[in-house]
Amino acid sequence: MNLHPSRPDTASPLLACHECDLLQAAPANRAQGVSCCRCGGQLLPGPAYRPSTSLALVLAGLLVFVLANAFPVVGLEAGGVKTATTLLGTTWQLSQQQMEPVALLVLLTGVLTPGLELLCLLYLLLPLSLGHAPRGFARVMRLVHVLHPWGMVEVFLLGVLVSLVKLAHMAEVHPGIGLWSFFALIVLLAGNASRFDPGMLWERYQACRDRT
Amino acid sequence: MSRPNLKSAASQGVWRCHACGQLSRVSAPAAAAVSCPRCGASLHQRKPHSLQYAWAFLLAAMLCYIPANLMPIMLTEMLSGTQRDTIMSGVAYLWRSGSWPLALVVFVASVLVPLLKILSMLLLLLTVHWRSRWAPRQRTRLYRLLEVVGPWSMLDIYVVGLLVALVQLQSLATIKAGPGAIAFGAVVVLTMLSAMHFDPRLIWDVFEDDDER
Ligand SMILES: [Zn+2]
Ligand SMILES: [Zn+2]
Repeated sequence: MNLHPSRPDTASPLLACHECDLLQAAPANRAQGVSCCRCGGQLLPGPAYRPSTSLALVLAGLLVFVLANAFPVVGLEAGGVKTATTLLGTTWQLSQQQMEPVALLVLLTGVLTPGLELLCLLYLLLPLSLGHAPRGFARVMRLVHVLHPWGMVEVFLLGVLVSLVKLAHMAEVHPGIGLWSFFALIVLLAGNASRFDPGMLWERYQACRDRT
Repeated sequence: MSRPNLKSAASQGVWRCHACGQLSRVSAPAAAAVSCPRCGASLHQRKPHSLQYAWAFLLAAMLCYIPANLMPIMLTEMLSGTQRDTIMSGVAYLWRSGSWPLALVVFVASVLVPLLKILSMLLLLLTVHWRSRWAPRQRTRLYRLLEVVGPWSMLDIYVVGLLVALVQLQSLATIKAGPGAIAFGAVVVLTMLSAMHFDPRLIWDVFEDDDER
């Protein structure tokens, strides 16, 4: 009885589908990514993963994240009264109306999760692209894994567009700098997520750790 | 469907780490606590208590679905009085005011997606429960779709939040969030949790078990 798990002892790298558990050998040509031959689930992302490219995307993402939250997303003008709001302002107003659960949900999915995910990625990618192994790598990777499904910036953007149309009937609406920043943020986050390859990051981390 | 060369990792004693994706050969499935040699997370052949958690979150979501649709999610206070909007009446308002593409988007995100999510999870859980061999590829694809569309039903929560923050025009109109918004947010979160705990590999396990017999 072996209590200590070991790596499968085969020459060609094995992959197990996370959706149907089919064990299969990784094909030699991975340029287009690898899909499961039974259920079609994605096993490996396509383009060769380079931490430096991801790092650039994450840094740009952090910059527009700050802009998106610092500047108003939408402004409204009706009968001489002007209002404008940011995503944080939305959560503030909701919590003022005893809607704390909803405020918390908006805060978590719109601000905290994407922000924290970007910071985690920065913490992982910056040392790795310089050839160092970050401390607590496994824990931060797990945090990114847990956080990722709860970031909903793209849904928020659609929400802004719906609100703009709804309000256009009753008042003058002005899209703000925050709105354009959110557009940029979504493009950067999507570009980063499609490239993200935990397996490659782990290999990179282990190489960096073994060298020192 | 179950050709002899198709073997699941589990049948070969290979477990995949949930946290980092590393494959490990675990020779004693009875071994209670084995951890991933790469990241240290505890290893499981399948997500632990997958069906129990998925059922619990799904039932809670179904309970919240009723108040989410019956209670107002938005209260508009104007000089002419207070207008109470449920999710459906919000869609109907958009439709009547002529912006039907938008009405369609909101209808899909707020009405269709939550309903289909609940029904799809019911279908997945029941077919796994009955050890059904029916259309495993399509069911896996349905699960994949669920994970993608899951967050989009948050749309109405964001819209209400934005309107609440913007429309505070003292004498003219103020908008408040209604209790339905809390229930609706709960439906979104609970259906997402239910889908996350469901393990799609259970759909395929029935084929292997039958071959062994
Ligand atoms: Zn598969
Ligand atoms: Zn692991």
